[in-house]
Amino acid sequence: MSAPILTVQGLEVDFTGSGRPVPVIRGVDFEVHPNEILCIVGESGSGKSVTALAATGLLPDTARVRGQVRLGQTEVIGAPAEVLRRMRGDEVGFIFQDPTTTLNPVLPVGRQITEGQVAHGRLRQADAPRRAAELLAEVDIADPEGRVRQYPHQFSGGMRQRAVIAMAMAGKPRLIIADEPTTALDVTVQAQVLDLLRRRQAETGAAIILITHDLGVVAEVADRVAVMYAGRIVETGPVDELFANPRHPYTTALLESLPRLDTSGARLDPIPGQPPVPGAFPEGCAFHPRCRLAKGQPRCATEDPALRALGGGQAAACHFAERNAAPKPPAELRAPIGESGGSDAPLLEIDDLKVHFPLRSRILRLTRGHVRAVDGVSLTVRAGETVSLVGESGCGKTTTGRAVMGLIPVSGGDIRFEGRSVVGLRRQAMRAVRRNMQYIFQDPFSSLNPVLPVEDIVAEPLRIHGLFEQFGGARYIAELFDMVGLSAQMFGRYPREFSGGQKQRIGIARALALKPRLVILDEPVAALDVSIQAQILNLLQDLQRDLGLGYLFIAHNLSVVRQISDRVAVMYLGRIVEESARDALYETPTHPYTQSLLSAVPVPEPRGRETRQRIVLTGEIPNPAAPPPGCTFHPRCFRASDLCRGEIPAFRAYPGLPTRSACHHAGPLAESEAVAGRKEATR
Amino acid sequence: MSRKAPRRSLLALRALLRDRGALVSLGFLSILVAMAAGAGLLPIEPMRQNILHALEAPSASNWFGTDELGRDILARVIYGARTSLQTAGGAVAIAACIGIPMGLIAGYYGGWRDAVLMRMVDVLLALPGILFAMAIIAVLGRSQMAALVAVGITGIPNFARITRAQVLSLRSRDFVTAVEAFGASSQYAMFRTVLPNAWSPILVQAIVLASLAILLEAALAFLGIGVPPPTPSWGEMLRTGKNYLHEAPHYAILPGVALTLTILAFDTLGRALARVLEDRHDSGAGLAAAKEEGGR
Repeated sequence: MSAPILTVQGLEVDFTGSGRPVPVIRGVDFEVHPNEILCIVGESGSGKSVTALAATGLLPDTARVRGQVRLGQTEVIGAPAEVLRRMRGDEVGFIFQDPTTTLNPVLPVGRQITEGQVAHGRLRQADAPRRAAELLAEVDIADPEGRVRQYPHQFSGGMRQRAVIAMAMAGKPRLIIADEPTTALDVTVQAQVLDLLRRRQAETGAAIILITHDLGVVAEVADRVAVMYAGRIVETGPVDELFANPRHPYTTALLESLPRLDTSGARLDPIPGQPPVPGAFPEGCAFHPRCRLAKGQPRCATEDPALRALGGGQAAACHFAERNAAPKPPAELRAPIGESGGSDAPLLEIDDLKVHFPLRSRILRLTRGHVRAVDGVSLTVRAGETVSLVGESGCGKTTTGRAVMGLIPVSGGDIRFEGRSVVGLRRQAMRAVRRNMQYIFQDPFSSLNPVLPVEDIVAEPLRIHGLFEQFGGARYIAELFDMVGLSAQMFGRYPREFSGGQKQRIGIARALALKPRLVILDEPVAALDVSIQAQILNLLQDLQRDLGLGYLFIAHNLSVVRQISDRVAVMYLGRIVEESARDALYETPTHPYTQSLLSAVPVPEPRGRETRQRIVLTGEIPNPAAPPPGCTFHPRCFRASDLCRGEIPAFRAYPGLPTRSACHHAGPLAESEAVAGRKEATR
Repeated sequence: MSRKAPRRSLLALRALLRDRGALVSLGFLSILVAMAAGAGLLPIEPMRQNILHALEAPSASNWFGTDELGRDILARVIYGARTSLQTAGGAVAIAACIGIPMGLIAGYYGGWRDAVLMRMVDVLLALPGILFAMAIIAVLGRSQMAALVAVGITGIPNFARITRAQVLSLRSRDFVTAVEAFGASSQYAMFRTVLPNAWSPILVQAIVLASLAILLEAALAFLGIGVPPPTPSWGEMLRTGKNYLHEAPHYAILPGVALTLTILAFDTLGRALARVLEDRHDSGAGLAAAKEEGGR
């Protein structure tokens, strides 16, 4: 093996913001070799981003960095700013999470891509536009000559991230640091970008450090993996071995807590407790309070284990790594409601719902057209049943949920709750409906009022309806806390003192306070760490079983949806394109969009990734203000025919399956199509 | 960690007292307020005239000398503080009571309400404050109440604008949508949810406005249309004192110093408060502070 590009030894980072220093990185060693993708995976606060920043000397002055970092020919720690600047220009390319903020909105994209090269004197100003066009062409952007002169806002999200990749690759760096490069992207676009990243890496022979929280992405692209926890690498090894035979109990637990696309209905096995925050790392092995091997082992609580080699290229920081078991395959436990009865009258019926937002002209405020955010959605939710709305950003799933709650005016169609229409109700009547219908928000950080103590937040819906005393006052609030796994001892604290998962539990307790029959959940786990996601999903399932709640579950994550749903509806550009019982939809999707969505999801299983057949969709979701004629999916569809370009397909039952689908060419995926789809993408 | 977290306002106060400028200002203003409030208990008589001892230099019996009617200048400055602080307090209260609801309604509902209210604010802003105050006094007649109302009205736009800006940024936050989803009324959402989250800049604004109000009141008195004599007022003293700058240069010094220090103290306090509240808004710092407290 050739000499490493980056060598990190004994890296320690403390942050000295206010008062005493807070250790964030506590001794990290790793190497990255040319032509290799190293994935650093970990939950929030594990120090994965700080490690990458420290390796390139990008940490602010408030950070105290110790240890040895050698990047190419440069000793990074202690190097003067000018040396570091040259090194970063010559050797390193960066790709950050959000392409919207990485690109400067007031400069043309082409100029930004080559800016660094011109500044470092390796490219003449006159040659810059031509070189920029070349670089854009290399990342599969159509019409590169025209695009170099455009501004970031004229690019779609996926194209922006491609431009950022082009920028990172512009100087032919030997090391690329990609910090959550696909987290802000939709799943079909993520597949395109990961494909591109891997291809460009192979073409240039650069090394990539890819930082992510998503084990699916890791399994998809990594050569080697480093798992971080509480500021240390707890396990490292080649990707195949690490997934098949993890040596650290944290890795095992992480893999077990992951909702998966390929199994359904099984109860998740969450890691108990919360990921530790810097400044409050536990004594001894930082993972011991959550570890199943550490029970009754005093050594784990006192002695921090060193990272030791275990053969096969694997190393783990665990006293009992030899005893660690491989992740057990999840067992089937929960039968879908559809089979266990559920003949109740529908709780919620959405009938041909339309929500159109007017587009107004700048000066005269005349309506020039409409954004058809929701354009004819029909859906039914019964008590005790979870119906999921799944789709990419901008497909109208959140708008549907908010329209049901009466937070957005409806343009057409009907919404019936327990048989009574709730569209156009007066305030008082709507208030009565709202008692039975509650909403859980995506972002637990912004959905709780920061100036109220948590017990008042949970009690607020009761107070608004004047039911606080009737429901049992503070004792009832304590019961609610208990129901969602929090303690009444937390009364008197404010939201900022809670972690993301705890905040979401508070949000759930608040939604349940009025004893609703229907809960609309808008991406309730999207903002949470993997190990916390599983806890919350289990909690939601338990509450549904105990209270007979109906859930309308809105999400983009197909694995999470498979975990929790009874029925699933897939949305694209304001319409439902396919709806079915969960297992039928996941096993035999009939709509080409569903098929490509499912095949784009990164599977947390590295073996066979080279031969796995995937449909990588070309292009991105069109602007809902100007949807394509006919079937709105036809420009990206691998089955599109002239019929699709002219005629909107009807939403009808597919024979032999509990499925309804809106496609002229509906039908299960044929073997040849997956390959064809893939060719299409790489062309 | 199980112990209750201190209230946010208490945390802010502690942080404020760590700032030396704010501590000195707060001390000075406390003494000023105490003296103004307790002036009746002091052995001083601001109204007693003694023409024989007019315009005397500072002495053991009159520490800062006497004015043209032989009245004790120190006593008049202490009673003048009462006038200044009363006017400022009343004016800020008027401005806040009208300006904050205006900003709330404009920001929360938007649309035509926003347009109407903000155009009214624009009209107020277009007129120079002192000119506007003079016009109001011309209508209401010369009295302390007229000065108070006049200064108060000129302060409305500041409160309305700052509240509206706060509401606009809070309006779309999920926790506001949440109370609406529970079925709360608009008034509930506005006053119980949005407003408590908007206090910080409004509080800073109130302090800044207090110093402006003191200055405006003094200016009105200096022009001879403020609080009518014989009520002691710093501006009135400066106005008379300037006529005797040659004979009795000490006359204008104490009222001038008192006015300058008071305004300086309010400004320093306002700036320190803005800094503290800004730090606290940065959630990381707030969290760190809360952690530090919990660890003790």
